[in-house]
Amino acid sequence: MQTIATATAIPPGIEDKREPCLLSVNGISKSFPGVVALDDVSFQLRRGTVHALMGENGAGKSTLMKILAGIYQPDAGEIFLDGVSAQFMTPLDALTQGVGMIHQELNLMPSMTVAENIWIGREPRNRFGIVDHRRMNRLSRDLLAELKISLNPEAEVRHLSIASRQMVEIAKAVSYRSRVLIMDEPTSALTERESAHLFEIIGDLRKQGIGIVYISHKMHEIFEISDEISVFRDGKYIGTHAAAASSRDEIIHMMVGRDITTLFPKENVPTDDILLSVRDLTLRGVFSGVSFDLRAGEILGLAGLIGSGRSNVAETIFGVTPATSGEIRIKGQRVDLRSPRDAIANGMAFLTEDRKQSGCFLVLDILENMQIAALQSQFVKVGFVHGKAIGAACGEMSRTLRVKSSGIHTTVENLSGGNQQKVLIGRWLLTRPGILILDEPTRGIDVAAKAEIHALVSSLASAGAGVILISSEMPEILGMSDRIMVMHEGKITGVLDRDEATQVKIMELASK
Amino acid sequence: MGKDTTAAAIPEFRGGFGGWRKPQELNIFLVLVGIVLLCEVCGWLLIGQSFVWNPQRLTITILQVSVVGIIAIGVTQIIITGGIDLSSGSVVAASAMLAAGFAQSAEWSKALYPSLTDLPAIVPIAVGVLIGLIAGLTNGVFVAYARIPPFIATLGMMVSARGISKWYTKGQPISGLTDQFTAIGSAAWPVFVFIVVAIIFHVALRYTRYGKYTYAIGANVQAARVSGIDVERHLVKVYAIAGMLAGLAGIVTAARAQTAQSGMGYMYELDAIAAAVIGGTSLAGGVGRIGGTVIGVVILGVMSSGFTFLRVDAYYQEIVKGLIIVTAVTIDVYRNRQKRS
Repeated sequence: MQTIATATAIPPGIEDKREPCLLSVNGISKSFPGVVALDDVSFQLRRGTVHALMGENGAGKSTLMKILAGIYQPDAGEIFLDGVSAQFMTPLDALTQGVGMIHQELNLMPSMTVAENIWIGREPRNRFGIVDHRRMNRLSRDLLAELKISLNPEAEVRHLSIASRQMVEIAKAVSYRSRVLIMDEPTSALTERESAHLFEIIGDLRKQGIGIVYISHKMHEIFEISDEISVFRDGKYIGTHAAAASSRDEIIHMMVGRDITTLFPKENVPTDDILLSVRDLTLRGVFSGVSFDLRAGEILGLAGLIGSGRSNVAETIFGVTPATSGEIRIKGQRVDLRSPRDAIANGMAFLTEDRKQSGCFLVLDILENMQIAALQSQFVKVGFVHGKAIGAACGEMSRTLRVKSSGIHTTVENLSGGNQQKVLIGRWLLTRPGILILDEPTRGIDVAAKAEIHALVSSLASAGAGVILISSEMPEILGMSDRIMVMHEGKITGVLDRDEATQVKIMELASK
Repeated sequence: MGKDTTAAAIPEFRGGFGGWRKPQELNIFLVLVGIVLLCEVCGWLLIGQSFVWNPQRLTITILQVSVVGIIAIGVTQIIITGGIDLSSGSVVAASAMLAAGFAQSAEWSKALYPSLTDLPAIVPIAVGVLIGLIAGLTNGVFVAYARIPPFIATLGMMVSARGISKWYTKGQPISGLTDQFTAIGSAAWPVFVFIVVAIIFHVALRYTRYGKYTYAIGANVQAARVSGIDVERHLVKVYAIAGMLAGLAGIVTAARAQTAQSGMGYMYELDAIAAAVIGGTSLAGGVGRIGGTVIGVVILGVMSSGFTFLRVDAYYQEIVKGLIIVTAVTIDVYRNRQKRS
């Protein structure tokens, strides 16, 4: 695979003979504590082209973008703008030198007008130093007209749709006379029509000689608008293809081309008892028509790119955001899950994706963190918590899960990510759940803890639990799951059996 | 299923039971001891008197702060959930006024309700607690269900409850209270009420599900919700309890003063918050203990009686009080930061 990738790639360093590349990145590396996010990465952006960056979640695209936009500083390597060495110490620094970024999460001030947002920090002023609103609005109107964006400069941003806000960001970047525009998944929240409009604007910008770095997970879009495609994997640059001369399959191969080195302990075959049955589950505007069965002893993988709706499905099944329609049956019984409380009462457990946001009570100790969900039904008599019993149960659980700490009164804030995750798993095991939903159970934790969690999940399934495993890590989902369900844009695009599932097939379904 | 996973037990883990753990209140208790010693030394040096060996002064010191103490027990619980209560002082006044209206003696010629005099004390007590409960429930519903920031919701209640206590008699005080009612405020009764309330909620926070949920919500609302806690209902409970305690404080205040006035409890809410914070309760939520708040309340009391004892000008008292509050919290924040890094 590696050979295919490099054979047809345009070798870095070959440039248009007459003029230097618009943007050239040479040997950039960046590490964060414990992770090498970018390892000796290079790529070239030519004037008036759209250059797509592709890769799985965590491949290093976002880190590279943040370096180009002045948010991070590289540990090593150089950036050249029009052949001149450039350094971006802050986002403003990058912007004034001509590199503008349209963020995935838009950075506009909602209570200010379109014009105020565009000119913030360099508002036109009259001779008394007062902001000249009339001139600012006129300048904005001209700018928007030039970009063929129909927006009122005096409208407040909070009243605008996501698509319109994106247009404002683009106008703002262009107003800085940006030569390079970076767009990070700009269409993730846009409808087809809005995306088409965005592509027209991108086309116009290209004609003006602006270079665009475009990140997206949507294959069809990449082939529609980009001139070149560069692929990243695990923080490394893999290769660059001309979009017209390459196929979707080639790109996918470049993206996933690595071997599964870790061994996964999943062996047992699921039984025929259906634990959980979901039919036509819909959360309006987020996902629709989700149907599947989960059997006792089964690990059902749920794959999909970020934003595909997989975590939302989990939240809805668990009652965090109740469904707008559809039905859920547990062991054949129809249930109405309006809150996590209901779900727990029905024997469900949910390890959430974001440990810090919705998992840990950081300022509390291991005991308090572990016991909380179990208190709903056990260890409590007329409101009083049976301290000895719950303490013993939590101590036992910590030992079983090998939580490394000086005791159950250790504050969870002081534990490592892996140990925090074990505490949260312990919280759910204490409720003796029949159905476990695990959303990214091994994200950001070290290899040893990862393997322990995998073994544990496998043993839970062997003991008769049903597990829904959500993960962005291909090896994890392929190694652990009996079946893999793939989601894309709020719909299930396919279900693969363990034997037939491959990274390529999953990627295809996930980026349909 | 839990059973199946326990097969591979590992001996290295130490349970952490038994053994003496330093009480978290120790530091703040030492601060209290320090302030008392300072007063004692200054007392001998400046006036030639002992600060501590004066039972009467000690009783008055504690008596003065027990009303603030009763409120502070409720406010502490609200702060632990990550909220704040600015209304407690005003609720004291509203409760005092409305309760006193039902506590008047028949001998008093200007009774508010001439046909409802000489009622048993339980009637005004019930009225006062009920007023507090209504105020607390209102706060709780606005905070939990309408999602109004606690600062704003209780600020509104602070203004309105004060308004109600003025409107009730058009600003006139209510006097001529029955002996049965005023007995609640006599001798050391207010202190007794304070201690009982403190013990009840110390136990509730440490040993009941109510307490565990209170800390969990303050530590991380989202995690609490996912863990199966009905966050909204629980918040209403906490605010209702704080309201009831403010109502109770109002009864004690009126009984002790043998009259009720609309200006009662003025700024008590700030003393209650200060006591909680001095006692180690974190405004960020999830951290705080009743024991700490009790010590915090006593520190406030000792400070004001110490200043009076040392004949410090009343103007200086307030200036220094503000300084001590901020200093106490600064030290606490600094210590926490060190512990974490």
